[in-house]
Amino acid sequence: MANEHPVNCCNLWKIFGARAEQALEAAKSGEVDKDEAFKRFGCVIGVADASFSVAEGEVFCIMGLSGSGKSTIIRHVNRLIEPTAGLIHVEGRDVMGLNPKELRELRARKIGMVFQHMALWPHKTISENVAFGLEVQKTPKETRRAAADDALERVSLGGWGDRYPDELSGGMQQRVGLARALAADPDILLMDEPFSALDPLIRKDLQDEFLKLSREMKKTTLFITHDLDEAMKMGNRIAIMKDGRIVQTGTPENIVLRPATEYVSRFVSSISTLKYISAVEIMTQGGTAPGAREFGPSTPLPALLKAFSEGAEELTIKDGDRCLGRIGSAEILETVKSDLARV
Amino acid sequence: MDPLLNPFDYFTLPFGDWSESALDWIVDIGRAPLLAAKAPVQVFLNLIQGGLIAVPPLVGLIFIAAVGFFLSGWRLALIGLVCLCFIGLIGAWEAAMITLSIVLTSVVLCILVGLPLGILAARSDRFFRILRPVLDFMQTMPSFVYLVPVVMLFGIGDAPGVIVTCLFAITPLIRLTNLGIREVREDMVEAAYAFGASETRVLFGTQLPLARPTILAGLNQTVLLSLTMAVVASMISVGGLGRMVLEGIGRLDFGSATVGGLGIVMAAILVDRYTQALGAARSGRGSGGA
Ligand SMILES: Nc1ncnc2c1ncn2[C@@H]1O[C@H](COP(=O)(O)OP(=O)(O)OP(=O)(O)O)[C@@H](O)[C@H]1O
Ligand SMILES: [Mg+2]
Repeated sequence: MANEHPVNCCNLWKIFGARAEQALEAAKSGEVDKDEAFKRFGCVIGVADASFSVAEGEVFCIMGLSGSGKSTIIRHVNRLIEPTAGLIHVEGRDVMGLNPKELRELRARKIGMVFQHMALWPHKTISENVAFGLEVQKTPKETRRAAADDALERVSLGGWGDRYPDELSGGMQQRVGLARALAADPDILLMDEPFSALDPLIRKDLQDEFLKLSREMKKTTLFITHDLDEAMKMGNRIAIMKDGRIVQTGTPENIVLRPATEYVSRFVSSISTLKYISAVEIMTQGGTAPGAREFGPSTPLPALLKAFSEGAEELTIKDGDRCLGRIGSAEILETVKSDLARV
Repeated sequence: MDPLLNPFDYFTLPFGDWSESALDWIVDIGRAPLLAAKAPVQVFLNLIQGGLIAVPPLVGLIFIAAVGFFLSGWRLALIGLVCLCFIGLIGAWEAAMITLSIVLTSVVLCILVGLPLGILAARSDRFFRILRPVLDFMQTMPSFVYLVPVVMLFGIGDAPGVIVTCLFAITPLIRLTNLGIREVREDMVEAAYAFGASETRVLFGTQLPLARPTILAGLNQTVLLSLTMAVVASMISVGGLGRMVLEGIGRLDFGSATVGGLGIVMAAILVDRYTQALGAARSGRGSGGA
């Protein structure tokens, strides 16, 4: 495959039900949609023709409402679910081509997974939970213990190794979940709504902490959420799903500023564009302001505002030597006004 | 008119004859393998019975108290002591040991057969669909009905007693093993797979430990049913507390029957408390979760 991204998913279909093959044919040719497929074939379309790839070190968010197929997609990456059609490549290898032993190795060494409801095993200590992936790979006990302590240290739970999961609060349990995913030092993280079950404040803490970890460790991450704000915060790129289909993939700015469909624009309508909008989108073309400070076309609004608050009256937008336009307080006010009107 | 109003005075099916010849036929071809199956049961039973009877009561008392203390604490130890002392004081010690040995043998057999069947049923919907009506049927039949075919096939005595006890008592263990495994939270099983565990590992490392409280509840029922059946089986000449009651009634010996009955009550309390404690012990981690 030309594309050597760590996770690569091509025209993935997953249809649940006995007559999946027939439903697949009909759905591919566009004859039936999700409801129709259920009525005609008794099949549920979980994922429909999804393609995406996650670059190395990238956090790729999949966002969609309940039942849109997010969990189904992510479970294909470590083959907890097998596709009805389509290809999944992880680090250049087709996961459907792996034999059971290779698959177990891939799961234990290359991929770490975090679950919405933590899914810690109550009969094992925190340490045993965290080191489980190493244990199944028959890593010696001392190495395991060290790796577990290390991973717990990372999520600031050092010293809790000998406790049991039910002695910890929800937030701490999910830190353990994260530590378990990190313990074998995998290259890829799969996170299925990891913070959804937590209180807002704790959720924010964990988001920040994960962002920090993620910047340090540079793991390729597939992050699932049903919360657009979370997706915007965590993701380098976001894919938006509806009824099993990916309707738009793009950077947070792209999604907010240029929604591809009616559905996406309804979704992002509650998000303020002010954080993402850049100079070139609000300037008045032509007409330089002599002596004003100069900024590049992709300067974000907050940076422009800072210049104004430092006393500037007008700004010039320049791409290299070429003068593009200018921004005065009128443009700024207009932008804020239209953003407020959107919501 | 009479033949219409009372048809059964004039016409009955010779069902008894049929079943007799059917059983004869089964016995003819099945006798050898059945006797072969009975032999190890007999050996195992003799071993346990010999052991229990040979143990001096004082040692038995100390043992039961120690086990009770280890399982749950001094309260259980006390209950065990009181029950056993009472049994000894009313002169039912030996009979109780015979009954307990039959219960013990049958429970071990039940575990050996029932646990794998329950696991299989939990893993295969098809197998469970076949097994379920059989279990339902077995559970509807009154204890009494089991005696007939077992006597025909295995004869009378303690070993057939164990077999009939086992047949009668095995259903809850199968059912609850199946249920316990199916009830384990899906994402905990999924998590085990996601971190590279094999099927066997998921079964023994995740599903069975998490299903433990439910399985032990099944075991508790199986033990109690075993005791019931070990008593009823006195009708096919099984020794022990049941026989004390049966013979007492037969000879209108009210004293002996009462002693046997009280012994059964004490034995029931004893095994119930001990198997329940088995479920509670160390399972503080079993049922919790997030
Ligand atoms: N094992 C299954 N059998 C049948 N249908 C299934 C199965 N698993 C999922 N589905 C269906 O596939 C669709 C997608 O489910 P999925 O769990 O991927 O949604 P999701 O986006 O993760 O939703 P949520 O936010 O609720 O977790 C749903 O319509 C669901 O009913
Ligand atoms: Mg989901």
